[in-house]
Amino acid sequence: MEFHLTTPLTDMNIRALSMGDTVLLSGLLYTARDAAHKRILAMLEAGETPPFPFDGQVVYYAGPSPAAPGRVIGSIGPTTSGRMDPYAPALMETGLRCMIGKGARNDAVREAIRKANGVYFVAIGGAAALMSRCVAAVRMVAFPELGAEAVRALTVVNFPVIVGIDSYGRDIYKP
Amino acid sequence: MMKKIHVSDITQAVESLCIEANIVLGEDIRRSLREAIPKEDRALSKEVLKKLLENADIAYEEQIPICQDTGLAVVFVELGQEVYIEGGSLTEAIQRGVSQGYTRGYLRASAVADPIDRQNTGDNTPAVIHYDVQPGDRLTLTVAPKGFGSENMSALKMLTPADGLAGVERFVIETVRAAGPNPCPPLVVGVGVGGTMEKAALLAKYALTRDLGLPHGNPFWADEEQKLLTALNALGIGPAGLGGRTTALAVHIETYATHIAGLPVAVNIGCHVTRHRSATL
Repeated sequence: MEFHLTTPLTDMNIRALSMGDTVLLSGLLYTARDAAHKRILAMLEAGETPPFPFDGQVVYYAGPSPAAPGRVIGSIGPTTSGRMDPYAPALMETGLRCMIGKGARNDAVREAIRKANGVYFVAIGGAAALMSRCVAAVRMVAFPELGAEAVRALTVVNFPVIVGIDSYGRDIYKP
Repeated sequence: MMKKIHVSDITQAVESLCIEANIVLGEDIRRSLREAIPKEDRALSKEVLKKLLENADIAYEEQIPICQDTGLAVVFVELGQEVYIEGGSLTEAIQRGVSQGYTRGYLRASAVADPIDRQNTGDNTPAVIHYDVQPGDRLTLTVAPKGFGSENMSALKMLTPADGLAGVERFVIETVRAAGPNPCPPLVVGVGVGGTMEKAALLAKYALTRDLGLPHGNPFWADEEQKLLTALNALGIGPAGLGGRTTALAVHIETYATHIAGLPVAVNIGCHVTRHRSATL
């Protein structure tokens, strides 16, 4: 099935999705990859508030190329999600439920998604120029000193993803 | 008679190669992606391949990188021994070209200075440079930006002579199977067989700079490339790892003499954006 959804996603939005569905996402996506995950986890462990709200929001594992003058953003495709597996369950215990990346997740993440009523979306790796066209605006949220690895809020329109792991724990990579 | 090449020309060439390599997808890969579409049965697999071609068109039209991971810059240098480099250091000229290319081309800075401390250097330097001195008076530079989604799934194994060709095949297939959807298939698979540990790795990397469709010069290894390609495409990983017949676009093997006790094998995995651009000065 194909869905048009706007973030933040509701419980009902997430429950309706099945592994393999295509979704066009609009609204805010928050970029975070390796270095940002390490910092966010340290903040949570120190009892601090994360730099953006988790519930229903969507984290995009991505680090864009720089925007040339006159452009909103450079190219921005997904990075390999597996590298965030060591962090994802802890973030999900604190309310994170929706992620976008590419590639397989481990058993612990799949189980955390099922428990949290979450969803893991897959974007096509390497289709980064195409995806840049879906980004209407960018705002720096945290860790600007990390460059490409900073947390940015992207306002996207019809950003194309596929449901990789649904809230029932069904995994597109484990048919 | 030495031929003089000024470092400023080298810097300029490297700058342009970095930008072109990251923005213009090679016609060899485009052709290969196009030819793969009718081989796929499922709509989703066809759709992914079409999207990758559309992505390459958009990158070219808008002059933005094909992939946001514009790689660690790998530079192969073939230096003629009759070339005299004037005006400064060859290595510094190449590094400056990489810095200018990544900065002026709005390419992503993905290099961290220390693998544990991990401070970004800001201009994607230093590049990884491989020098080869050859007869003649020409300087050929090949810039091959390497994304790490695929680099991370690469592997090396020191096989023994008893493992033989079957052992090499098993290792290549197992490495691609284990990589699964992570390295952005369809892949270009570089295989280095022989030499020492580091030589095998370098051969595998160099194999990724060969244009798709050009077979190994030795018919035995050219056949082996086709045999492995067929085996990899039977794995069913498919475009974007979502299933299908096109797991790899090509297998390129490079070989070298080795020790009586050894059979080193390196597998360097390239994604569908396996980039390389060359210039000869």
